[in-house]
Amino acid sequence: MKILRWLAGAVVIGALAYLNFAVFKAPFLVRLINVSLFSALFVLYRVVRGPSPADRIIAVDILGILIVGVLALIGLYYNQGFFMDIALIWALLSFVASLAFAKALEGRRLDD
Amino acid sequence: MIRQYAGMIFITVGITFDFLGVLGLLRLPDVYNRLQAATKCVTFGSAGLLFGVFILKGFTSFGFKVLLGIAFIFLTSPIAAHAIARAAHRGRVALAPESVADLYEADRELKEEDHATPQNT
Repeated sequence: MKILRWLAGAVVIGALAYLNFAVFKAPFLVRLINVSLFSALFVLYRVVRGPSPADRIIAVDILGILIVGVLALIGLYYNQGFFMDIALIWALLSFVASLAFAKALEGRRLDD
Repeated sequence: MIRQYAGMIFITVGITFDFLGVLGLLRLPDVYNRLQAATKCVTFGSAGLLFGVFILKGFTSFGFKVLLGIAFIFLTSPIAAHAIARAAHRGRVALAPESVADLYEADRELKEEDHATPQNT
């Protein structure tokens, strides 16, 4: 069963890497953005199937930090500065949401 | 020319660290192990990626916004990780069955006994 899970993960990651770096024709920056978006997809697996609520909170926090990187790269690709504004606001809201979720998980009031 | 290569190398290393951190988030057996792997790798990866973008863009408004993003991530990500780990431990999320010690729990029980004994006697 463990070997089967290893094999499934290796097949998925290998297929994504092959499609991204050998088949897909695009500039190198777009391929890197694709790798980061695949990482976001794996994080969403942990959000859906996390055994405890703390796992989901961690996954959403990590997803926010990943999205900041993706937005910086998209701004670099289109040569537009305002994507970084969106990234900063996303990071701020992700931080506040993580703190609020952590306090709600601990069972304390939000103004404690 | 060397600025382009340095920026792309920083961005590639950052993306690699992001991917490895997310792999740790998927593979490790426990909430605390997942938090450790994911937060360290993803914070360093995204900060390196933003530093690569800063090298490519130089001292423009975009570059200064990227520097602001690096400072913000370095300030806020450890705070969020600490709050989540503390809440998970106080919310009685179980450790992995392979773990050998829980010193934080032992320390808390010791402190509660110290607080409890003067009231009883």
